[in-house]
Amino acid sequence: MDKDTAIIVEGIGKRYRIGAAQERSDTLRDLVVGSARRVGSILRGGKARTGSDTIWALKDVSFDVKRGQALGIIGRNGAGKSTLLKVLSRVTDPTEGYGELRGRVGSLLEVGTGFHPELTGRENIFLNGAILGMHRREIARRFDEIVDFSEVSQFIDTPVKRYSSGMYLRLAFAVAAHLEPEILVVDEVLAVGDADFQRKCLGKMGDVAQSGRTVLFVSHNMSAIQRLTQESIVLDKGRVLLRAPSAEAVDFYLNRGLSKLGERFWEADEVPLTAKPFVPLAMRILDKNGNVSDAVRSVDEFTVEVEYRLDEAITGLRVGYYLNTTRGEPVFTSFDTDDAALFNEYTSRPAGTYLSRCTIPAHTLNEGRFFLGLNASAYRIKRYFQDDQALSFSVDAAGSAGTHWPEPRPGPLRPQLDWEISKKA
Amino acid sequence: MAEGSKAQQIVTLKPSKGWLGLDLAELWRYRELIYFLTWRDIKVRYKQAVLGIAWAVLQPLVTALVTTFIFERGLKVQTGGPPYPIFMLAAWLPWHLFSNALTRSSTSLVQNANLITKVYFPRIIIPLSSILSAMVDFGISLLILLGAMVFYKVPLTLNFLWILPLTLVAMLAALAVGLWFSALNVQYRDVQHMVPFIAQIWFYLTPVLYPINPTSPLGTTLYNLNPMVGVVNVFRWAIFGESYGYQPPSSGLLISLGVVLALLVGGLVYFRRMEKTFADVV
Repeated sequence: MDKDTAIIVEGIGKRYRIGAAQERSDTLRDLVVGSARRVGSILRGGKARTGSDTIWALKDVSFDVKRGQALGIIGRNGAGKSTLLKVLSRVTDPTEGYGELRGRVGSLLEVGTGFHPELTGRENIFLNGAILGMHRREIARRFDEIVDFSEVSQFIDTPVKRYSSGMYLRLAFAVAAHLEPEILVVDEVLAVGDADFQRKCLGKMGDVAQSGRTVLFVSHNMSAIQRLTQESIVLDKGRVLLRAPSAEAVDFYLNRGLSKLGERFWEADEVPLTAKPFVPLAMRILDKNGNVSDAVRSVDEFTVEVEYRLDEAITGLRVGYYLNTTRGEPVFTSFDTDDAALFNEYTSRPAGTYLSRCTIPAHTLNEGRFFLGLNASAYRIKRYFQDDQALSFSVDAAGSAGTHWPEPRPGPLRPQLDWEISKKA
Repeated sequence: MAEGSKAQQIVTLKPSKGWLGLDLAELWRYRELIYFLTWRDIKVRYKQAVLGIAWAVLQPLVTALVTTFIFERGLKVQTGGPPYPIFMLAAWLPWHLFSNALTRSSTSLVQNANLITKVYFPRIIIPLSSILSAMVDFGISLLILLGAMVFYKVPLTLNFLWILPLTLVAMLAALAVGLWFSALNVQYRDVQHMVPFIAQIWFYLTPVLYPINPTSPLGTTLYNLNPMVGVVNVFRWAIFGESYGYQPPSSGLLISLGVVLALLVGGLVYFRRMEKTFADVV
C-alpha cells in the first residue's frame, strides 16, 4: 500500500439475514419451534434454509482514501452507508473482502454514545470520551475547551437528564468534536440541533477536514458534503455507483432520483373518527421530473400533492398545509381554495377521491429540512383532520442564489431577487 | 503530532474466522474504558436512591439478622461451633459477590446494546466491568464481617489474607459463567429470566445458610464440582482457622479452580466466537 494512503477497502461485502426481525430466534422456544419446522420441511422434501433469505447490504465495495483527504458518502436510506461506516469503524465484521485503516481511528456513528442520564455533564464528558477512545489525561487537558464549546458550563454538575435536548446534543457534540484521531469516520451527526448549532458543528468539521486529517463523511445534507469534502462516492443498493468530485457526485445523486422517497400514507387506524367523512390517503412531494422525492433542490420547482377521499360531500372544505422548519417556525401556510374563484367553484365537494396539488416555484426555500403539516377544515365550522408533521423533506441549495460563497445563510427562504447596482453620479 | 513520530497503528478489516484468542494487549490498551464503565456502573447504581450506598451496608446486615433468626433460632441449624451470624456471613460474602457479579454480567451486553452497535472496543470489557463493579458491595460487606468478628471476639489471623485469592476465584467463576450467559442472552432473551432462577438453585446447593454433608461418594464428587463450595469452605477456614474442623486450602479448592478454569476457557471461546455477531443481532 502506498504510503500516502490512509484507508484502503477491497471488495468488502456484508451479508445480513433478512426477516431477521420476525425469524430471529428471540427466545429458546422460537429456536426449538423454528428448528422443528425446518427439520419438518426437510423431511417433507423441502429445502433447508438457503441463501435466498439473506441480503447483501454491501457488495464489492472498493475504494481508497489518501491521507488528509475528506471523502463524502452519499446515497438514500438503505443504500448501505451506515453499514459501510459500521464495517469501517469495526462495529461489525465484513462478510467478505479486506480493508486497512492506517492511523488512529475515531468513529462517530452518533453523538453522545454511552451518555448516562443519571450522570452529570462533567461525568459524561469523561465517560463518553473514554468510549470514543480518548485517554483520561487527554480529556482532562481538553476539558475546559469542551465545556466552552458546549455552552453548558453552568450546568456541568447537573445530571444530563435535566438538560434540554439542545443542551444534551451540544455537550455530546462538544466531546466528539474534541476527539483527535488521524482518521475520522462520521455519520449524519450534523442533522441534529438547531440551525445555529449545526452551523457551529459544520465549522468544526471544516476545521477537522482542513487540519490534514482523513475524514469519511456521510450526510444527507448535500451542501455540507460539498463544503467539507473534495470527492464523494455514491452508494446504491450496497454498491458503489460512482466516485467523483463532490459537486459532480451530488449532481448525479440528486438527478438520478436516488434520494429517498418523500411520501406519506395514512392507514385507517391512524385517522381519528372525528375526521369523517374526510379520509386522508397520501401526501407526497414530487420533484421537477414528477418523481416522488424527499430531497429537492432550491433551484428547481417542486410539487406538493395531497390525495384524499370524501365519503360524503363537504361544504366549504379547504385542504392545505403548513410549511414549518424543523425548529417549528412557520414558513407559510397554503390552502387549495385560497383563490376565491376556486373556493366558489368548490363550495361543496361531492363524495369521491381527490388530488389537491400545487407547485412551489424554484428559488423559494433555503437549504435545510422542512416539515409539512396537513390540514383539512371548513372555516369556522369544523377541522376535519390535522397532522402537524405529515411529511418532511430536505432542500439542497447547491447552485442557488449566493452559493458561490460557501457559507450558510440564515433564514428559511432563499429567494433570487433582481438586484440592480448603479453608480450614483 | 509529527508524522511518523509514533508507530503507525494499522487496523485491518476482514471476515472473522473462528477462534481468535483473547487479545490481552488490546485489553490493556482499553484499560481506561474498563475503569470508566466500572465506575459508571457503581455510580449509577446508587444515584437517586435516598439511602445510596447505605444499601450495600443494609443488605448484609439484614440478611445476617433474618437468617440468624430463621435458621439458628427457628430451624435450630447446627453450625458445628461458630456463632451463626459469622458462620453465615463468611459464606454469604463470596457467594453474594459471585451471584451479584453473575446476574449483572449476564444482562450486561443487552443493556449496553447502544454501545455495541455504535463503537468498537473488545466486547469482553462489558461483562468484565459489570463484574468489577460488584466489588464495591463486597468491600463494604467485608467491613461488616470484620465488625461482626470483633463483636463475637473471633481472632483475626494471617489466614485472613486467603480472602484475596478466594475473591479472585469467586470473580473468575462469575466471569466464566457470565461470559456464557451474556453472549447467549444477546440471542436468547430467555437467559435473563433463567439466571436469577439458576442462581437461586445454585445458592441452595452451596453451604451458605447451612452446612452440607453429602453422604454418598457420588454425592461428594458432584458436590465438590460446584466451584463455590471450595471457595465458601476455605473462606470459613480463613476466618475461623481449624478450630471448628474447617480444612485449609487443599485439593477441594483445586477442584473448584479446575472447574472454574474449564468453564472460563469454554466461555472465552464461545464469547469470542459470538462477539462478531453481537452488533448485528442484539
